[in-house]
This record gives sequence, C-alpha cells and structure tokens, in this order.
Amino acid sequence: MLDQASSTDGPALSAKDVVKRFGSAPVLDRVTLSLERGDIVALVGESGAGKTTLLRLFNRMISADSGEVCVGGRNVNTLNPVQLRRSIGYVQQEGGLIPHWTVLRNAALVPRLRGMASPDELASMALQLVGLPSEEFGNRRPHELSGGQRQRVALARALAAEPEIILLDEPFRALDAITRAELVEGVQGLLQEIGVTALLVTHDIRTALEIANRVAVLRGGRFEQIAPAAELRSSPASPYVQQLLHRAGEASTTAEGAAIGEASAR
Amino acid sequence: MIYLRRLPRVRSAGLAVLWFGVALMVCPAATWAQRAPIIVASKPFGESFLLAEIFAQLLESRGFEVGRRFGLGATEIAFQALRTGAIDIYPEYTGTGLVAVLDRSPEGSAGNVFRTVSREFRERWGAHWLPPLGFENTYAIAVRRGSAEADSLRTLSDLARVADRYIGGFSPDFIGRTDGLPGLQTAYGLRVQAQRSLLQAVKYEALDRGEVDVVDGYSTDGRIDRYDFVVLEDDLDFFPPYEASPLVGRRLWETRPEAVRALSELAGMLDEGSMRTLNRRIEVDGEGLETVARDALTDMGLVAGPAIRIVRGVEARTGSLWVYLLDRRAEILDLTIRHILLVLVSLVGATLVAIPLGLILERGRRSAEAVIRVIGLFQTIPSIALLAFMIPLLGIGVVPALVALFLYSLFPILRNTYTGIIDADPAAVDSARSLGMTEGQILKYIRFPLAIPVIMAGVRTAAVITVGTATLAAFIGAGGLGDPIVAGLALSDSRMILSGAIPAAMLAFVVDGALGLLQKIVTPTGLEVAG
Repeated sequence: MLDQASSTDGPALSAKDVVKRFGSAPVLDRVTLSLERGDIVALVGESGAGKTTLLRLFNRMISADSGEVCVGGRNVNTLNPVQLRRSIGYVQQEGGLIPHWTVLRNAALVPRLRGMASPDELASMALQLVGLPSEEFGNRRPHELSGGQRQRVALARALAAEPEIILLDEPFRALDAITRAELVEGVQGLLQEIGVTALLVTHDIRTALEIANRVAVLRGGRFEQIAPAAELRSSPASPYVQQLLHRAGEASTTAEGAAIGEASAR
Repeated sequence: MIYLRRLPRVRSAGLAVLWFGVALMVCPAATWAQRAPIIVASKPFGESFLLAEIFAQLLESRGFEVGRRFGLGATEIAFQALRTGAIDIYPEYTGTGLVAVLDRSPEGSAGNVFRTVSREFRERWGAHWLPPLGFENTYAIAVRRGSAEADSLRTLSDLARVADRYIGGFSPDFIGRTDGLPGLQTAYGLRVQAQRSLLQAVKYEALDRGEVDVVDGYSTDGRIDRYDFVVLEDDLDFFPPYEASPLVGRRLWETRPEAVRALSELAGMLDEGSMRTLNRRIEVDGEGLETVARDALTDMGLVAGPAIRIVRGVEARTGSLWVYLLDRRAEILDLTIRHILLVLVSLVGATLVAIPLGLILERGRRSAEAVIRVIGLFQTIPSIALLAFMIPLLGIGVVPALVALFLYSLFPILRNTYTGIIDADPAAVDSARSLGMTEGQILKYIRFPLAIPVIMAGVRTAAVITVGTATLAAFIGAGGLGDPIVAGLALSDSRMILSGAIPAAMLAFVVDGALGLLQKIVTPTGLEVAG
C-alpha cells in the first residue's frame, strides 16, 4: 500500500497561512508551522487557542478555510483522507480505545486496516514498546486497565503500523500527576528512540518542555513563539509566553517574569 | 468480529421464527376454509355473546361445523368482518344497521326499519337480515333513583334540563354513534357536564357508586333490575327500533341455504322478557354461556333435551380462582401459546425492520428525525382505531393483528437503535475515524456493537407493550389471551377476565426477563462495565 505520508521531499508536516473559522470567529488566523522528519513539536496554549484544530488539519479530520496544509510535502486536499489517516498515528485525550475489543485487537487496528501482514505481531511489538507485554495484557479489555495503561495502549495502537508521523492530542490530560509524570518520561524516550515525527497538543507547558524539541505557543489562533525549549525558557518572545512559563514555575528570571506577568495582567 | 458473523445467523433465525409463527397461526385458518365451518361471531357484550352462542348451538345441532369468533371490537369491526367474508353471521340490531352502518337518521316504525336495512344490505353488500328474533333491545338511559327524585326526572326531556350538572358514563360506541350521544344532543339538547368512556361491564357499578350520574344501558340488560336505577322515557321517540336479527353474509346465504333455513327458525322466538331473563342468568347469576344457550334452545323446542354437547357444566362463580384456572389450564395454555406467537412474530418482524432502518438512518441523519417521528405517529393511534382501519385492507383475524402489533413495536426499537448508534462512545468513534476507519467500518465495528444494550432495551420495551396490546387483538378475532378478557368483560365474569389477565401479566414479566437474558448474551464483552 502506498504510504501517503512517507514521501521524502519537503517537511513531514507543514501548515502555511492557514485560516480556519468556526462560524465567524477565526480559530486559526494565518498560522504557519513546519516539522522536519524526526521533529517533536508541542503545541501549547489555553483551551480555545486552536491547538487541537491545527492538529486535526493534518489528518483531515478538519479542513482549512484557506492556506496550505501538507503532509510529506503533499497538500492533504490531494490525498485520500482515509488512507492519510491510516498512515498517521493518533492518540487522543481519553484514549478512545474500542471498549469491547481486547487490548491486542485494539493495538492491531491500524495494521489490520492497512492490510499489513501479521497485524497481531506488530501489535505485540508495539505493546512491548509501551511496556505492556501482550502475554499479560493482550487479552484484557480496556475497562480492566488503569487510566495510564489505557493511554499506553492508545499509544501502542498509534505506533503499531510504524507510522512516520504521530499526532497526540492531550494524551496525558486525564491522568493523575504521578501516572502522568511516569508516562511523560516514557513517551519522551520512546519518541526519540523510534525517530518518529510527532506533533503534541498540550495545555501544560512543562510537559511540552520535557518532551518536545520545539515548543509552539498558540494564543487566540496565532503563534506567539515557536522555539526550542531552551530558547523559550531563556528568551520568551512575549509577555504571554513569559507569563505561561512563570505560572508553570519554568521562568528563568523570576522577578522579571512576575513583573511582566503583572504588567500583562493589567 | 464475532457478532458480525453472528448477525446473518440471527437474521435468518429471525426470519425462520417469523415464517413458522405465521404458518402456525394461518394454517388452521386455511384448513378451516377447506372444511368450511360456519363462522359465528358476536360483538363484545353479553347479549351478543349469548345470541351468537344460540346460533352456534342451533347450527351444530343440525350437523354444521361451527367456528366461534366472539367479542369482535364493535359494530364497525363486526360488520366489516361480515362484509369481507371473514365471518358468516352475527347478531345485529336493525336500528344499529340503519344508523351506524347506513348512516341514516334514526326514524320509522320497526317494520319500516327492517325493510330498509334488508333492502340496503342486500343490494350493497349481499348481506341478509333474517327475520327478527322477536325482541327489541333499545338504549335505556338510566340514572340513580336518588337523582331521579331530587331532580324529578321521568323523561329524557327532563334530563336535558339538568344534564349540565351530570357526569355521563357511556360506552365508546354510544359516544360516537349518531343514534347515540350526538343524536341525543341534537334531539333533546342534552349536554352533560362531562363524560367518561366506560365499558358495559363496569358502567352500572360506576353509576351505583356515584362515579357517574347517567349511563347508557340496554333495555334487555339483565343487570338494570339489580340496581335501584330509573330508566328515563324516550319521550321524543329518538331511538330507532332495535330489533335483533341474525345478520348473514353473502357466502353463507349463497352456499348454505339449509343453514340459513335453520337460523330462520329462531324468528319471533325470543320476547323481551325472556331475553332479559336469559341475560340475567349470565350477567347476574353467573351461569355459563353454553348452558344458558342450550336451555334457551330447548325451551324454544328447537333442539331436543339435554342431548347436545355439554362443554362445561353450570359453575357457580363463587368457586376459587385457582380451581377455575386449573380447570381451564388446557384452554389457557392454548391461548397463551397463541398470544406468544402473536407477540413473537410481530416483534421479530419489527426487530428485523427497525434495526436495519436505524442503521440506515445513521447514514442519512438529515432525514432521520423526520422518519422516526412519522413512525412514532403510529404510536398515537389508539389500538382499537388502528385495528379497525386494518379491516378493509386485511380483514379480521391474525394478519391484521400482526400488522398492527408490528407497527406498534417499530417505534421503540427504531428510536433506541438510532439513539444507541448516534450516542455510541464519542471518544472511541473519534479515534477510530482518526486512525482511518471508514464510516461503514465505524458503524459495523463500533457503533452497532456499542448500541446493542440500548437496542435490546428498546426491544424489551416493545415486547412488554406488545404483550399488553395483543390482548386487544381479540377485538378482531385474532385470539390470544384477550379472548377471555373480552368475553369476561361482556359476561361480567371476573374470573374469566383474570384467566386472561393473569397469564398476560405473567407473560409480560417472563418475556422481559427472557429478553434481559438475551441482552446479556448478545452484549459484547467489555460493555457491561464500560457502557
């Protein structure tokens, strides 16, 4: 099968001057972003900032009103949406596991949809990768797992077909702090290890700084700053970014941050 | 994919049940047609039952084979059945024929009315009124003696003066007929303060207890004497003559002249006094229909002595209910099986239509609500009305009953199927779509399996409703547990009513339980908790 996202020319993911409105209000207002292969980018912002909308443009769950959205250098509008989605991994906030399917069957979903040989083996490998050996967990149902385990299965499902790109929409949101900390660390290592291009949506800048090579801060449908984690910390481009870092206890110079935070709050 | 492979099997099993059930119920009817028994029917009140039983026993004593379809809904249903050949004969009243069937104004002498209905029925439908039995059973408008004295009521004109303080308890038939309440309103200007629709069986008691103040009764009714009621005089001669006659359908008239001759022997044999006595024996004393009919025929000298079949001896109605039920267990079992078949066939049919329809509507959501609402409209048609509408199209008996029950079952199953499918776990649906499942795959692998518990809840609702509604199938001669309920109401026999009502209630219970079990079996593992 043609892997639609694996074309080698151009960036793995790119959006150029993208506008998306729901009703009359623009959710994304001339947004431009580009991810090279192996890039791990976190989209950060408050709810309503347009993070998830931007994420879902790449697998055509949402279509842009104007601008250009490309995967593997090809405009998504020229690609079959179903084939496109099968070639991109996806994890959502609540896991979205199919409740009456076993863990193994859930994990084997995409390989099976793509008609790959031995989908169960691919699923087993992916489950092994996320730390849930299929001998032990393969036959369980989602409701027999903890929240963290369910998110791991969702991650395994997204990775089982060995996609080159993975989209993660708040994958840690529904978890308690300890589980989240564990999983964030695990995911960070895993993404680096397999060299996948990843776009992660999160409202939590600490998670973003921990996992991503680059952090893109969205506010009201526009980017405030797109920068590597260290650069973001050392030189926030706007008072808003400064404030975000400060609130998260990630600001480099606390006094200055507080001052700017107050200034922008006024 | 287990349930998906199971689905075609479920569907073919369903179809098998459907055909088997229809065959079981229709086949006896088909064999009857070959042996051509004479189908004797009645309307759902005591006197009609008794006259029909008299017709039936007379025919049997002359060697004819008889099928009984007693308790057909009302005039509309019984006459439609006669006209369409579903029944051969039933007792009818000339005034009813004139007003309710021919839609004429109620006037003329008894002889004129008889001649009019004879001619019109023969010309229009080939139906024949045999010579009258000898008594009239007109409407008797009755009030409590206390009200009659307080308001000095003697005639209907007197009642009209004070009727705005009276609450009426009338039979549904009476409320709708031009020779009933609407006519009274026109002729006497009689308007009651409020009216309740009451069956004959409970009317007198309601009047006695003061729950209503005026009722419509029948002049030959055996029960009027029992209470301290005053029957008001029809001083404007509003009510037309209601001579009772055997009304014979075209087929019997043309093919069995000897049967028609036998029935004609009843002409003039029953006067009003003897009819009231016979009615009283059934409705007040609680004697069995067969016994009273046999005695009547013996007294008329139409059949010899007690030599005819004795089905059930005279039973006082004071015996215990359990003994009564035990005595009739074979009959009750038959009725229950028939009831189950009615429910099963209509329910399986509705399930096979409503579930696929619900799935299709998921793909055409724009039209979904409109379609569901239209099907919901059937729910708003009163059962009796729906059954009556069926007769011109499908006659009486099993088929129209199945169609009506099928229509009633559709809505709860369809509504739940659609809702269950639309509301299926949004996170699972969203992630499946995001990972490249097509809409068809989502419907098949996710929405449908996730909706199964909700769909089954709809099937259970439909089943319980259908068990209840199927008792009304007795009104169009489809049999089932409604038979003893309708007959018991007509004959004021509460044990007979209970012999239908108790098994029906138990059946509703059992059916719901069985479907609950089925629900557990067909619900995919993992949904019991996650749902």
